[in-house]
Amino acid sequence: MKQLLCCALLLSGLSSAGQTVPAQKDSVKVQELSGVIVISRQASRNKNSNLLSTLDQYLSSHEQVDLIKRGAYAWELMLNGLSSERSVITIDGMRIYGACTDKMDPVSSYVETTNLSRADVKNGQSGNAHGTSIGGSLDLVRKKSGFGNNRFSTNIFSGFESNNRQRVLGTDLQYSRSRWYSDLDFTIRKAANYRDGKKQEISYSQFSKFNLSAAAGYKIDNHSQVEASVIYDDARDVGYPALPMDVSGAKAVIASLAYTKHHLSNTWQEWETKLYHNKVTHVMDDTKRPVVPIRMDMPGWSTTTGMYSRIEGALSRHQFKLTATAHHNRSLAEMTMYPNDPAEKDMFMLTWPDVHTWYAGIFAEDNFMFHRKWTLTGSAGAGYQQHVVKDESGIKSLQIFYPDMPSVKNRFLKNIGWSVQYQPGNWRFSLGSSYSERAPGVSEGYGFYLFNSFDRFDYIGNPGLKNEQSFSLNGTASYANDRISVKGQGNWFHIRNYILGVPAPGLIPMTIGAAGIKIYEQVPFATVYSASLNASYAIVSGLSINGKAIYRRGFTNEQLDLPMIQPFSYGGRLQFSRAAFFAEASIDGAVKQAKYSQLFGETAAPAYTIASLGGGYQFKWKENSIQVRVGVDNLFNHYYTTFADWNRVPRMGRNFFLNLIIGLTEPLHTVQ
Amino acid sequence: MKSLFIWGLLSLALLFTACSKSDEKPAPADELEGLVLVKTISNATHAIDLYTASGKFETGYNSIYFQIKTTSGSLVDNATSSWMPVMKMMNMSHSCPFSVIEKKQGAQYTYQGFIVFQMQGNDMEYWELSLNYTINGQTYTIKERIQVTDPIRRKVQSVMGSDNKRYVLAMMEPSNPKVALNDMSVLLYTMTNMMQFDPVDNYTIQIDPRMPGMGNHGSPNNIHLTQGADKIYRGKLSLTMTGYWKINLQLQNANGTVVKGEPVAGDNESSSLFFEVEF
Repeated sequence: MKQLLCCALLLSGLSSAGQTVPAQKDSVKVQELSGVIVISRQASRNKNSNLLSTLDQYLSSHEQVDLIKRGAYAWELMLNGLSSERSVITIDGMRIYGACTDKMDPVSSYVETTNLSRADVKNGQSGNAHGTSIGGSLDLVRKKSGFGNNRFSTNIFSGFESNNRQRVLGTDLQYSRSRWYSDLDFTIRKAANYRDGKKQEISYSQFSKFNLSAAAGYKIDNHSQVEASVIYDDARDVGYPALPMDVSGAKAVIASLAYTKHHLSNTWQEWETKLYHNKVTHVMDDTKRPVVPIRMDMPGWSTTTGMYSRIEGALSRHQFKLTATAHHNRSLAEMTMYPNDPAEKDMFMLTWPDVHTWYAGIFAEDNFMFHRKWTLTGSAGAGYQQHVVKDESGIKSLQIFYPDMPSVKNRFLKNIGWSVQYQPGNWRFSLGSSYSERAPGVSEGYGFYLFNSFDRFDYIGNPGLKNEQSFSLNGTASYANDRISVKGQGNWFHIRNYILGVPAPGLIPMTIGAAGIKIYEQVPFATVYSASLNASYAIVSGLSINGKAIYRRGFTNEQLDLPMIQPFSYGGRLQFSRAAFFAEASIDGAVKQAKYSQLFGETAAPAYTIASLGGGYQFKWKENSIQVRVGVDNLFNHYYTTFADWNRVPRMGRNFFLNLIIGLTEPLHTVQ
Repeated sequence: MKSLFIWGLLSLALLFTACSKSDEKPAPADELEGLVLVKTISNATHAIDLYTASGKFETGYNSIYFQIKTTSGSLVDNATSSWMPVMKMMNMSHSCPFSVIEKKQGAQYTYQGFIVFQMQGNDMEYWELSLNYTINGQTYTIKERIQVTDPIRRKVQSVMGSDNKRYVLAMMEPSNPKVALNDMSVLLYTMTNMMQFDPVDNYTIQIDPRMPGMGNHGSPNNIHLTQGADKIYRGKLSLTMTGYWKINLQLQNANGTVVKGEPVAGDNESSSLFFEVEF
């Protein structure tokens, strides 16, 4: 129950979907989160016009989140301008490793908006509870109806988007009693190719997805409960216009069982232990492409089993949290090429040579409110990580490059950080710094001839890489009163032993048409910083205006610009709501990209501004409702591409959307 | 619980039996393990069983094993022998590179050597193998026609160098290639006359493996072949995936001059001197 309260508190602190939490006076809980993205459609604070948009679109509204787009679906999430290996994405604290060697299946692609209530963003080292990261963490929090509502409710929803004829259909059912609850939902999405602002069809941008999820909880007694959850996600025929291959199938089964005990003592308030298991199968192929130099299949498999145990407590002015976590992942990917000459045998290689990752770590965090207006937060963690290459032929293949490479690599990863918050009146300031380390990812350590279609190089992993070490500084200043809220935020990362693909001149690439081979090496350091400003003003009751601006910059010690770094971007939003009616007009844009990585094959993303409109009405009777949302994205059918578009594939042109959501609630008689 | 106990007892019993057996002498190792009979050749007094790993004689390097049996079936362990393979062509004959014959290491009855057939035989032109062997001071001969076939992929090449010498290059290893840095070994002979081939010393065999089926890409960290004390040329062959590989060769003499083969560069996708592997 406490958790739910916290959640409600968080939601009440939000000014609109996807915006960071403004100043809060009492709750330390709120302060530690640097951002929350509301996903749940039930939350009245969800002001995303298109309620049935994909999870990617929800996440993209957050200032700290960038999404690299290779198609219309399964965008790769970057936090604070750092590439995805540098942050950890979890689902309810569960670790999931994508099974695609080309980052075509980020963790967020295996869930649906119906599965989730919100996404919590944490910065830098403070996101280390579920695994080592340096950029931060994003936890996708499962939706659950919880105990004691004594009702049965259901939503039936359907949506349509005109541009790519995306159809969305689904339902969720929630049954809540005092001792138990159960949730069930499914969503189907199917989209055809989209068209850009010049009305050109973008081939291979179709996708379809089926997602089914179930969750149930049982209250053993007043202070303990068990909860089980399973998500089955099945995407098929997913096109990637920016890549030479598509995905015929991406499947994930994500299951967990959790036990939570409350009020263990006056000090220890909550203790949660979760066991989880997930399996991802990802089949990349090129069967839909009419002309290819050579036919190939690139399937990948990833299985993760893990647990975490987290205890939270409070004592006098301290609030603390301890997390112990462990998981094992197995990543295997292979490539089979079919020669044009049928007399020749198939060509086969392991691109991820059955890499087993073992991880065990602890993380502790304390909030010390040493003065009415001052809070000090300290956290530290350590983890032990082992990589084992199990496949004999996989080791042999990597030993072509690294003759003395051992099959086992152990790493000890440490992190520590602090921050201080000062809250005078309506102001809030925070300043923190931290140190953290991360181990190279599977591709960085053990990838074998992984083709990057942006810079057109084949990438070879390097098992001898050292840990990356990050020193970071972050600060926020915000002000909020009844009508105005302003927040400025800055992050600065100094990353030592920065891992980067470096061209290896003498080597011949494998992929037909590739420019060369890059081997993951380490440069002495790289610097990445970002700054954002967000302001909103309530003009009159029900009418508000909001603006945001973001800038990021990333470069190496030799002043070489890092790839996929957001140029100065801005957004503005005018919102009106009265009773059941809601309307908004917004613009989003960016200036021309001045800093980009030519070495990565980037060209300057041009400037753009797009405008969108949205509106909705909610009919209510008793506890039931019908919600209608309509809107248009990219109103003027602007032709544009952004820094985050792989190979600068243009984005969608004008797109009308329509949402229809019917919510029915039936109170249940109290039974004991 | 009960079944666990029984299993425990059983495994203990097994352990003891195993221990008691270890006192006995091990059975003699099968000298022909992993070998397949190719042909039995015979004369009035003896029959000789010829074996190779594949069960056939192929164009290229052949490691050949044989056993000599008397007519009564007992194996001979004290023979000294030599051989001479001859290609009988329509209007000429020639031999090929071959080794002396020795006892197979650790074996009592099995003899071993190699022959590099540089071409296959057919009905009209064929290989004839003469085996001379001496047992207790008495010399015997067997001469018989043998069948030599081409493998699917090339393992030997007989070429005329720019120095007007005829060379025979034969790949010994990898016989079982892997996605790995493979040990590669090659025999290099020059034809002194039609019936005599002699090893060539101090050359370098440069290798450049390529996959013609996939953009003719290469592989990293190959090590060119140089000669060891046993006259065999050895190096490292890197194969980054399974499939068909063409190992382009350049034969460089002791002065560093390339006498055969061209670099793979620009429009030239292949050397005129090459081996092939497929796995």
